[in-house]
Amino acid sequence: MTAPAAGPAAPTVPEPSHIGGESRRGDRVFFAMTGASGVLLVLTIIGIGIFLVVQAVPALRADTTNFLTTKEFLPEADKPTFGIAVLAFGTILTSLVAMVLAVPVALGVAIFVTQYAPRRLAGLLGGLVDLLAAVPSVVYGLWGIAFLNTHLQAVNKTLNATLGWFPLFGDTGGRYSRSILLASVVLAIMVLPIIAALTREVLLQVPSALSEAALALGATRWEAIRTAVLPPSRPGIVSAVMLGLGRALGETIAVALVLGTTPAITARILGPGGNTIAANIAAKFSEYAQAGRGALIATGLVLFVITFAVNALARVIVIRSARKRLG
Amino acid sequence: MSTATLSDSSVRPTRSVSTGALSGVGVLAVLVGTAVVQLAGGSNPALMVVVAGLAYLVLAPAVVLAVQGRRAAVDRLFTSLAWGSFLLALVPLVSVVALVVKNGAKRFDLDFLTHSMRGIGPRDAHGGAYHAIIGTLQQVGIASLIAIPIGLLAAVYVVEHGRGPLVSAVQFVTDVMTGVPSIVAGLFVFTFWVLALGQGFSGFAAALALAILMLPTVVRTTEVVLALVPDSLREAALALGVPRWKTVVRVVLPTAASGITTGVVLAIARVTGETAPLLLTALNFDSINTNPFQGQQAGLPSYVFAQAGQPQAAALDRAWAGALTLLLLVLLLNLVARLISRRTRLKG
Amino acid sequence: MAKRIVATDVSAYYGSLKAIEGVSLSIEPKSVTALIGPSGCGKSTFLRTLNRMHEVIPGARVEGKVLLDDEDLYGEGVDAVAVRRTIGMVFQRPNPFPTMSIYDNVAAGLRLNGIKGRQRLDEAVERSLRGANLWTEVKDRLGKPGAGLSGGQQQRLCIARAIAVEPQVLLMDEPCSALDPISTLAIEDLMTDLKDRYTIVIVTHNMQQAARVSDSTGFFTIDGPGQPGRLVEIDTTEKIFSNPSEKRTEDYITGRFG
Repeated sequence: MTAPAAGPAAPTVPEPSHIGGESRRGDRVFFAMTGASGVLLVLTIIGIGIFLVVQAVPALRADTTNFLTTKEFLPEADKPTFGIAVLAFGTILTSLVAMVLAVPVALGVAIFVTQYAPRRLAGLLGGLVDLLAAVPSVVYGLWGIAFLNTHLQAVNKTLNATLGWFPLFGDTGGRYSRSILLASVVLAIMVLPIIAALTREVLLQVPSALSEAALALGATRWEAIRTAVLPPSRPGIVSAVMLGLGRALGETIAVALVLGTTPAITARILGPGGNTIAANIAAKFSEYAQAGRGALIATGLVLFVITFAVNALARVIVIRSARKRLG
Repeated sequence: MSTATLSDSSVRPTRSVSTGALSGVGVLAVLVGTAVVQLAGGSNPALMVVVAGLAYLVLAPAVVLAVQGRRAAVDRLFTSLAWGSFLLALVPLVSVVALVVKNGAKRFDLDFLTHSMRGIGPRDAHGGAYHAIIGTLQQVGIASLIAIPIGLLAAVYVVEHGRGPLVSAVQFVTDVMTGVPSIVAGLFVFTFWVLALGQGFSGFAAALALAILMLPTVVRTTEVVLALVPDSLREAALALGVPRWKTVVRVVLPTAASGITTGVVLAIARVTGETAPLLLTALNFDSINTNPFQGQQAGLPSYVFAQAGQPQAAALDRAWAGALTLLLLVLLLNLVARLISRRTRLKG
Repeated sequence: MAKRIVATDVSAYYGSLKAIEGVSLSIEPKSVTALIGPSGCGKSTFLRTLNRMHEVIPGARVEGKVLLDDEDLYGEGVDAVAVRRTIGMVFQRPNPFPTMSIYDNVAAGLRLNGIKGRQRLDEAVERSLRGANLWTEVKDRLGKPGAGLSGGQQQRLCIARAIAVEPQVLLMDEPCSALDPISTLAIEDLMTDLKDRYTIVIVTHNMQQAARVSDSTGFFTIDGPGQPGRLVEIDTTEKIFSNPSEKRTEDYITGRFG
């Protein structure tokens, strides 16, 4: 028997007695805890910004040259000279080449899994591609340097011999090992499953009635995909690609293992050259003292800002398209 | 006839290219691939497969074009491209797994799993990853203990607390955090924990960085699964005179449990393989350190990274064996996640 | 233990939208009161104001007074959670807790309110399941999931769950609309049994059902789209279905409108 039904004289609705009071206090305490967790999340992201800035500023003050345009990275010299030019260029170049390689294949995979694969196998095949995302980046790096590098050298050589007139494939002085292209291929493999999985989700959102309507009008399978499935998915796909790009820009270990670095800006991707912000931090952190680490933090701040912008843009695209759809 | 304006020579059901004919084209493509590579003086089977694939991409639509017309040929081309993309995406997966198993097996034994690197140089044949396995288990364990409760509570706040500025802020931050590069998370913990608070490098510092990387995944998946719990269950509990918080803890969360667990295990799997943050927070270490709160500590990913960076064959063997250990751990977690998700009661 | 409900000038809002306006009525203890009316007339909304479930929806609020015997449910310091423990509710679709067994579903309200003790729970579960005419059908499989029962059995399970916490009043929001005719009959029989002990208010869009089970009937309607719902009249069921005072009621029950 519960308390309220105890006897005829018992008050029907308990006064704000300990029972009622407790439930309200429980709600307050519980939702205060959930709210505090939310606040902690927000504080973390703000904290990342603040702490990086606080540590980067003294290092940047000590820098004797222009941080944005200087190619050298000598923060521990008597007169610290370091800039982000080489690193920023290398980060963007490797990522863009990776996107050129990964995006078409990722879209193909997503279209295959959602539109062409037998229904019963779709989940399994999608999961297989997801496994590609489960492999740790250090394993890709090891595979890249100990296996892929050897095979890609021959490809690099052939590309230079046949398509050497194309600026990106220009002469690298005969060095084809640990090339920028190798780093980009490894990055492409790593972002491919991310873009494919996100795109797959977007394509699954399109009601199958749309493509069935197109098929019923006499369209071929591909025409139905092109006219009915892809157009409404476009913002979602663009956002997926942006998220993949953000991932490529920030990838550290695989690049640190496979890329042959030089302190120069070069766009000849068939040979080694340049470096990326993230890989540079991983490589130099343990050997640097305070001044050097400050400089690395300054470059990390730049990376944070770039990836933040790319990811925020991806989110804005999705939100804007959702608003448009709602009218 | 009006159909004539729609399609002149397009799809004629009476004349279509059969599967048998396409298989013939496939055989032809393989012959072309072999011939081209051998004529060019090569014998690389991988190259032959590539050339054969390209040949099929050209030949199959060409045959369809001749028999059925342009629209069917375009359709055939894109069908082949979709299949090709999928097969191409599997190549690195198969290659990575095969090589890790093959090269890792050389040193993957009890000796490797039960010894540290204390007093072992890069050229020495022995040495193992025992210290790194301990480190990884502790670091990932602590990261989970931090990130899972906070992530769950934050997701509950977003889903169960209606709208408000903090809800949108949390959702926005979750999105942004998903994109924070792991090296930046490591840098943050270094500046905050090591520099500002003066706490020194440790396994716990690494766990903090891993927790930051886990949080957005935990929040996002929990959010999605909680939103799938029908409101009728919340109402049923509330109508029994159950306080809101008990409704969430005893009815909503248990209903969503398997979905949340799947997401959480995948988040754990993801951070288990993270290397970059470890290099800035726990550094690396040759010997066993069972105290995550004090002193440098190895982790499996940073162990593989350190060994892979050495030119000696013995070090590289250790790297492969470490990679195999890591891969097994991560794949096991993924398998567990998949098994749990099968038992889910909620369908998205 | 059954109590009288008196609502005075109750209005309910969803944000700025007024869903019902100025509803005043009296519901007698140990009787079945049916609320009928066209879709969207606010009858379900009104039902949910009686146990403060309306305010569960973000932005929703209630004005006016609801007395349970002589206590105002919306009075200062009254806890909505305690109100819901006193006034139980059964919903349109059966909603047993999917993670719980039949036994645990019935015991859920007690357990979640902190009541322990195996024997006490056993007794309450058996009594409630008997009360819901479900005991003989499920007594051999109390440990099986509640979601495995048929739709009609699930709804009776939900009724057992609601009466297990010993409420004074039982609110039913179209409890048979998702059920087949045989299950509906079982629930209607159950209502007749339950009114010996509880005050029952049922919302239904099935006029035959209202005529079959209720002692009093209230008719709700709206003047037009976007307008709030109002109570047109409430009287004995016999009077409403044979000789209603309002023409609009007569139009509705004779099928000329709605």
